[in-house]
Amino acid sequence: MRLEITNLSCVRGGRRVFEGVVFEAGAGAFAALRGPNGSGKSTLLRAICGLVGSEGGDVRVGEASLRSDREALQEQVVYAGHLDAVKPQMTVEENLDFWRRLYGGGATVAAALERFDLAHIADAPAAYCSAGQKRRLGLARLAVSERPLWLLDEPTVSLDAANVAVFAELVRAHCAAGGIALVATHVDLGRAPDLELQMEPFQPASRDAASADPFLQGEGWT
Amino acid sequence: MKTLFLRDVALSFRIGGGAGQSLAFFVLAIALLAFGLGGETDLLAQLAPGALWVFALLACLLSLDRLFQADYEDGSLDHILLAPVPLEGAVLAKAAAHWLTTGLPLALGSPVMAIILNLPTEAWPALVASLLIGTPALSLIGAVGAALTVGVRRGGLLLSLLVLPLYIPTLIFGALAVRGAALGQETTGPFLMLIGVTLGCLALTPFAAAAALRANQS
Repeated sequence: MRLEITNLSCVRGGRRVFEGVVFEAGAGAFAALRGPNGSGKSTLLRAICGLVGSEGGDVRVGEASLRSDREALQEQVVYAGHLDAVKPQMTVEENLDFWRRLYGGGATVAAALERFDLAHIADAPAAYCSAGQKRRLGLARLAVSERPLWLLDEPTVSLDAANVAVFAELVRAHCAAGGIALVATHVDLGRAPDLELQMEPFQPASRDAASADPFLQGEGWT
Repeated sequence: MKTLFLRDVALSFRIGGGAGQSLAFFVLAIALLAFGLGGETDLLAQLAPGALWVFALLACLLSLDRLFQADYEDGSLDHILLAPVPLEGAVLAKAAAHWLTTGLPLALGSPVMAIILNLPTEAWPALVASLLIGTPALSLIGAVGAALTVGVRRGGLLLSLLVLPLYIPTLIFGALAVRGAALGQETTGPFLMLIGVTLGCLALTPFAAAAALRANQS
């Protein structure tokens, strides 16, 4: 299984977020997505799995292509963003079990809860969870969904050092089993990434394009 | 799909879920109408078919704005989009869960409201049957409106403006069926039309709502 991004660009609300992103990762790769705030890391992760529209280029995950076969591509991907997708009205275990059933994974919920030290609060409503516990519950979803490509957006936010280590171990095991993880992060995950994808805040290639716009020149508007 | 349906049904019975609230609104609105018109029992009986349907429709609308909004706000919608379930199927599952927790209780509770409004007893079966047939269309059309307004802050009013005009065919044929039954007339026509509207919605709205959700993503 390979992840190939070729010449991907994204425009949102009339503003170009990134342009011509090219990236390749083979099976077992742990790739870090780096870049300053606002450089389009989150948008890129969402564009890869088709949660945000993109233009130009393509993304291929294994055989599936974003342009021609989006559903097949999406079935290879699990995404973890800023929101943990935790329903406060359901218990911790119910939350995780729902995602396991929806994604059709065979992994057990109990093992994932144990791994993230959530087993003792499995029966508590998720509304009582702390921010760190909610984040761990959101990450436990990765373990039960059994998808080869993980797209993770700042996964370690609100985790303590011990749980960052647990999470790093989960990512390591995923990659060792042939999966790919593309992780946008500012912190050290305890190991050097195999690959790095650096995002720069987007600058127009030349200012001529902007100055050629008659509306911006203001001639005749005296 | 079944997983999503069961989750939505379970959620609606938890804290902050909408189950029962629509029925309570329906009961209160009908009671207010009865109080407002006082002892005019003949007038109430005349108004009953239309009033019951209008209030059932408004009650249905109450919980619609949370249909996709709740999942959008906590990030669940992203993962539902990535799940190995066709989005149309997910829409259908959520609309079905909405109907089970709002439309169905309204239909089953409507005879009690019929007593308050002095609707002739011979029209009761038609009332329950028309609501049972018509309310799925309300949830399905509502799903399109909810999908279009997902991500819009305070989108509830916009949702109502989008959806209420589309409820008119269901309202007309539903109220017609009940009025016909109250007057002892033949009601096959309105019922067939009502069935037609609901089946049409069943066939079209999942695709429309799924397309709206996808469009909202980009």
